[in-house]
Amino acid sequence: MKPRHKRIALIAGGLASLAVAAVFVLKALNSNIALFITPTEVVAGKAPQGKAFRIGGMVKEGSIERQGMAVRFIITDMAKEIPVTYTGILPDLFRDGKGAVVQGRLGSDGLFAASEVLAKHDENYMPPEAQHALDQAQKK
Amino acid sequence: MNMKIINWFRFASPQSFYPLAGRLIPLFWMLALLFGAAGLWVSFFVAPTDAQQGEGYRIIFVHVPASWMSMIIYLAMAFWAGLGLALNTRLSSMMAQALAPTGALMAALSLWTGAFWGKPMWGTWWVWDARLTSELILFFLYIGFIALQSAIDDPRRADKAGAILALIGVVNVPIIYFSVIWWNTLHQGSSINLTRAPSMAQTMLWGMLLMALAFWMYSIAVSLMRLRAIMLERERHTEWVKHALE
Repeated sequence: MKPRHKRIALIAGGLASLAVAAVFVLKALNSNIALFITPTEVVAGKAPQGKAFRIGGMVKEGSIERQGMAVRFIITDMAKEIPVTYTGILPDLFRDGKGAVVQGRLGSDGLFAASEVLAKHDENYMPPEAQHALDQAQKK
Repeated sequence: MNMKIINWFRFASPQSFYPLAGRLIPLFWMLALLFGAAGLWVSFFVAPTDAQQGEGYRIIFVHVPASWMSMIIYLAMAFWAGLGLALNTRLSSMMAQALAPTGALMAALSLWTGAFWGKPMWGTWWVWDARLTSELILFFLYIGFIALQSAIDDPRRADKAGAILALIGVVNVPIIYFSVIWWNTLHQGSSINLTRAPSMAQTMLWGMLLMALAFWMYSIAVSLMRLRAIMLERERHTEWVKHALE
């Protein structure tokens, strides 16, 4: 074996073991890397107790009720729903039927008191006319 | 076969690559300006307003190409650094060194434009989700590579240390790319991928692709310029440099 081949083998071996190690680390950290949990997971009791956490899902269509700066809405993953209260400024993309991520604590009454509301944008980019056409098609 | 066979390995020596790079640089600059002008024109005047985000979405014309380049340049840098480590070729390690600052610039641009978009759209400048965090790590890897290389005086040893760091960091690139699929992130999934039609309007897509081409050409042009400077500096005691500078 020439020294050059030895080095190539060493590098390839090193990279392979590094990849394996990375896979195991990421698998171990899996639940910690997720930015948010879904309403279904909250209902299943997977939410951390007595600690702030994030829920991600859709803002239920027609569920937004505003009273001044205070707002109530329901966040859903189409299976389970969590009612949310929040006081403050909402981001531009926070809309009915769109994605949102809320951070806060779950009260004993099942009401989620959010301290931060983030809008989650999807990967669709289209002009208003196309969006309009799509909405019309969905209504039919 | 009477086709002329080019001996590509001839260009593996700095001595013969130096003049070739010199001829290529103006070509890549011209292409960068051309694609850049066309790309900016499409992104600002042709591409329609987005239905959800209004005009703010136009930041993707810089954000997405910069993010792509930050990952692609890292792969190229690690490839050349690894090749230099394995084969002990001088030019490969110089290539890696020349790519790093441009890669770092792209990563910084990606993070910065992302934050500017995130504040109005998401409601926050920064969130520690998998996509944003792994891109930040990529930026630190570039900075670490540059710092490590310049901290060691002997260029051969600097190349070796840098190459090991660059190769270890490669693990991060697939993590960045797949983070939005593997985990819940605030960052949206990619609008463009190989397996399905892009989920964006045609003209928006064209603007983005033109800008991506412009970023490619710019990165190549700037890296070649930097490479020429590194070649002269590292080989300053050799005959060919004395001739080249005459």
